[in-house]
Amino acid sequence: MGQKITIEPVTRVEGHGKVTIHIDNEGKVNQTRLHIVEFRGFERFIQGRPYWEAPVLVQRLCGICPVSHHLAAAKALDVIVGAGTGEGLTPTGDKMRRLMHYGQIFQSHSLHFFHLASPDLLFGIDSDPTNRNIIGVALANKDLAVQGVMMRKFGQEIIEATAGKKIHGTGAIPGGINKHLSTADKERFINGKKPLNIDNMISWASDAVDFFKDYHSKNKKLIDGFADFPSSYLSLVRKDGAMDLYHGVLRAIDKDGKIILHDVDYQDYLKYIDEEVRNWSYMKFPYLKEFGRQNGWYTVGPLARLNTAEFIDTPLAQKEFEQFKSYNNGKPSHKPMHAHWARLIEILHSAEKMKELLNDNDLLEGELVIKGKKRHEGVGLIEAPRGTLFHHYKINEHDQIEMCNLIVSTTNNNQPMNEAVYQVAVREMNNKKEITEAMMNAVEVAIRAYDPCLSCATHALGQMPLEISLFDSKNKLIDKRCSFQ
Amino acid sequence: MSKPIVATTSLAGCFGCHMSILDIDERILDLIHLVEFDKSPIDDIKKFSRKCDIGLIEGGCCNSENVHVLKDFRENCKILVSVGECAIMGGLPAMRNGIPIRECLEEAYLNGPTVKENNKLKIIPNDPELPILLDKVYPCHEVVKIDYHLPGCPPRADLIWEALVALVTGNELKMPYEVIKYD
Ligand code: SF4
Repeated sequence: MGQKITIEPVTRVEGHGKVTIHIDNEGKVNQTRLHIVEFRGFERFIQGRPYWEAPVLVQRLCGICPVSHHLAAAKALDVIVGAGTGEGLTPTGDKMRRLMHYGQIFQSHSLHFFHLASPDLLFGIDSDPTNRNIIGVALANKDLAVQGVMMRKFGQEIIEATAGKKIHGTGAIPGGINKHLSTADKERFINGKKPLNIDNMISWASDAVDFFKDYHSKNKKLIDGFADFPSSYLSLVRKDGAMDLYHGVLRAIDKDGKIILHDVDYQDYLKYIDEEVRNWSYMKFPYLKEFGRQNGWYTVGPLARLNTAEFIDTPLAQKEFEQFKSYNNGKPSHKPMHAHWARLIEILHSAEKMKELLNDNDLLEGELVIKGKKRHEGVGLIEAPRGTLFHHYKINEHDQIEMCNLIVSTTNNNQPMNEAVYQVAVREMNNKKEITEAMMNAVEVAIRAYDPCLSCATHALGQMPLEISLFDSKNKLIDKRCSFQ
Repeated sequence: MSKPIVATTSLAGCFGCHMSILDIDERILDLIHLVEFDKSPIDDIKKFSRKCDIGLIEGGCCNSENVHVLKDFRENCKILVSVGECAIMGGLPAMRNGIPIRECLEEAYLNGPTVKENNKLKIIPNDPELPILLDKVYPCHEVVKIDYHLPGCPPRADLIWEALVALVTGNELKMPYEVIKYD
């Protein structure tokens, strides 16, 4: 008898998601889907608004990493006000925005590591799900919880000092930034009382990388053996091939590491990227045009960035990068669980970058904004915590937005997440007499490795309570249960 | 006395209000001694396991699923609080309210520059697995009775903290003029 299994609610992926798995009469998995069920309509309702509203409006799509949307929109508008792409800003404008962005990467990745990964590592994948969350961590290991809370707090305070507010700030404006860093803030971030100073953040970030490597050496099977499948990768890199999370050229590599998109100017992204619409999900499926819908999909995010970059320009993170590369024999890593490792290396890199910037006097004085000859179209890209984020605007002669196109990080990972769900479902569920909760959990783990959004970030890996509906071949509900009641 | 039980959810919101709850920072360690969490993305509990004292709602209602979840919260929580602009008046998602929903869908799936050439079959997502979009985005109090409103986009962490303490202790909440805004 054929079955359809629904797992919901899965995650918040800039909207909610659920998974359906269809099993045919012979017990074979013949179709799996990750559905994104929320739709906002931003591209249409932003039309007619004055362009300078975009950076403050669009961030309200996602309160997890609002700074990324804020900055991607501002970068697109830099082009429109004639301030160039990325390199054109004043030193103050560029560096204040970078500090804001590294603060954001630092807080978002810390949230992910301490809220998502640490409960599993501390309690084990099979432990009681009621405790396998940050609250459980706080009760069991207060020091670790405090460290997570404080690292996130530091990142949020950097954002507040540069953007005016921790969530949905206003710092970036077309052509630059609206304020300097105050000397009091600079002083407090550099020499503040422990734990809230930058040196302590760097040392905690190093500890977190060590924690992971130690865990990895003891749990090879989980970290290396999970749902490994080949993918292409896409990210920004600096012109010289260094990792750059704020600005650069667009590079893609194939599964063997060969460059297949050669460091192109992202103003031309339309030449290279298209999106497919499928009727069962509100989230579109981007792909590289040259390779077509079937083969052109790619992965973005921390793992993609470590795979595409040639080096990291801060010393501690570079050392970790070298270890990561040599562990993978210089080839791209296709192991979704290595994304945790990559994320921690990026936390360390962001902390080192913040220190560099905090000691730079350009943040305290200098021109804030630059303008040039007005244009009517601009594209802004940034490496958000979860991957490459695209913003594209056109304006009319009254300065109103006429067209807006967004490809957000989680959308870029749509096909890889679907691919991962399929791989795990086939491996775990094919020809099995009974579908167990452990099998369902494996599907969840696969999705969460991509860190789609907050509920993900707060779910303990692999133990998410699921609602499962079994349907017969006529789609009639025959059984329903919940793993958590 | 047993601890008050708190549940939270995000409907048509951006999760920024939940992030603002986390922005109480160290006080989160006090909070977990003050209250217990039930259904909430913060602790990953997906189903109500018992009746709750306080329900915090982020976001308004933009589809049938949001309405369903909100009604479930009303049934299971003694006190419901609309947290933030989206829950209180629809917020940014409600900017679509003056526009036919069809136009929003067409812009996203038919006219956008990365779809217009290659969506030859003119597909707009429409599958039984997708909840039905509402004609517009509704604030929570137009769907169920809401007991309190916490202003802000998001409400600042201090305000959320003080409101929770006030609800738990039964003391009155001071809401200074400066926090009554939706920036
Ligand atoms: S009120 Fe603001 S912060 Fe809260 S969900 Fe809505 S947009 Fe996000």
